[in-house]
Amino acid sequence: MATLQSLDLRRRSASTEAPPQVRKSPVEVAKLIDVSKCIGCKACQAACLQWNDLVEPVGYFEGSYDNPTDLTPTSWTVMKFTEYEHGDDFEWLIRKQGCMHCDDPGCLKACPAPGAIVQYTNGIVDFVSENCIGCGYCVKGCPFNVPRISKVDRKAYKCTLCSDRVAVGQAPACAKACPTQAIYFGSKEDMLVHAEHRVADLKSRGYKNAGLYDPPGVGGTHVMYVLHHADKPSLYAGLPDDPRISPMVGFWKGLVKPLSLAAIAFAGVFGFLHYISKGPNEVSAEDDKKGDELAGGKQA
Amino acid sequence: MSSDTNTVSRYTTGARINHWITAVSLILLALSGMALFHPSLFFLTHLFGGGQATRAIHPWIGVVLAISFTGMFFRFFKLNLWKREDTVWIMNPGKVLNGDEEGLPEIGKYNAGQKLVFWGQSILILLLFCSGLVLWDVYFEAYTSIDQKRLSAVVHALCAIGAILIWIVHVYAAIWVKGTLRAMTRGTVTRGWSWKHHRKWLRQEVRQGTGKS
Repeated sequence: MATLQSLDLRRRSASTEAPPQVRKSPVEVAKLIDVSKCIGCKACQAACLQWNDLVEPVGYFEGSYDNPTDLTPTSWTVMKFTEYEHGDDFEWLIRKQGCMHCDDPGCLKACPAPGAIVQYTNGIVDFVSENCIGCGYCVKGCPFNVPRISKVDRKAYKCTLCSDRVAVGQAPACAKACPTQAIYFGSKEDMLVHAEHRVADLKSRGYKNAGLYDPPGVGGTHVMYVLHHADKPSLYAGLPDDPRISPMVGFWKGLVKPLSLAAIAFAGVFGFLHYISKGPNEVSAEDDKKGDELAGGKQA
Repeated sequence: MSSDTNTVSRYTTGARINHWITAVSLILLALSGMALFHPSLFFLTHLFGGGQATRAIHPWIGVVLAISFTGMFFRFFKLNLWKREDTVWIMNPGKVLNGDEEGLPEIGKYNAGQKLVFWGQSILILLLFCSGLVLWDVYFEAYTSIDQKRLSAVVHALCAIGAILIWIVHVYAAIWVKGTLRAMTRGTVTRGWSWKHHRKWLRQEVRQGTGKS
């Protein structure tokens, strides 16, 4: 079961019931990842595996520090290393990849299984595995290519933002483990203020395009980055420049659903009305006679 | 009423079995597909043993439909080629809906409505099969891009709704036009029915001497 209370639900996949609203003014949380302070030690990856009691199978060396090379059903966060050359300058850009916990989550929008994906009032987007049917629609809904379907149990997995830890007032395991405090955790409000300081500091050091990554296309995210090159997020191992839920997914999960049911209902009602107004189309005795005559057989 | 001997053979046993395999698989696909299409219909997954089972079974029923419908296609496509009288028929929807067949040209084995059902389902089932393979992650996840999968999801949903609408027309026509259903349950129709609805076909059958007497 989910780790926060049902009182804390803001959204629930494939559900039409209104969420509980008696609890007022929930604090929205956020994780702020300061890419400029990351040293690529992977303590966050190890902490994630350890806290969530997961084991990543031993993989292969692919000629890069990325290990594993991509998110997997067990590795919910992965350091992505990018070598960025511009002019005479060389930079090693290291981004901790994982679920961004969108305020408008594409995975939840796409999910057809009631309650398999929930969003808490604090902004965390969580997969409730017992309700997951393994259809992979969340993968299609996600603008960040985050959910992974396990080949073992065909269920979708991703970062929970340690919703179980957050529920009891703890920071996520990755933030706790980070030795350079490149991962901050707190209220989204505080994280925005902190990000401002960090961006100002980076600008004073010559990173004139430093900025915060909190993409408005998905309503902002509850995992944000401080980037030295915020004008080009895609430098950081393909971080989307302007992520938004694909219009195809929006159409599929938006207009198509009500229009389809309306069309089917219309066809049914039209047929019914036609039948009660025109009556059945029956063969008359005359038709039978004509048919028999044509066939030259005996009369009925 | 004609007696049972005053009938015309319309479908062979093979054609009827082929039709009913197609029919059952299409209905099961519609139920399991609608369950995953709209949250208010998710309860239909109970018919298939739950959400996971529905997700797993649906594509396999699709394979059955694809094979079965391919058989139907090759059985019937020649008889469904468009003729001049079909254009006249379809241009007079008022007469069709009023059952005023005397005001319409004589029709062969299939009228224009039936032909549109045939070609509509042929195209939609082909599109459903192809987009369905793209969405069948268990086996084909690695072969397409994410945008191809998203497009397939939209195409699959729209084509499925189209196929369901055509299915409603098909079933309603069989309910409305009395004496039709026996063509698919017994293989025969009465001479009177043939005279009224498919006179040109009846003439051909009589000429070829296949009409039972």
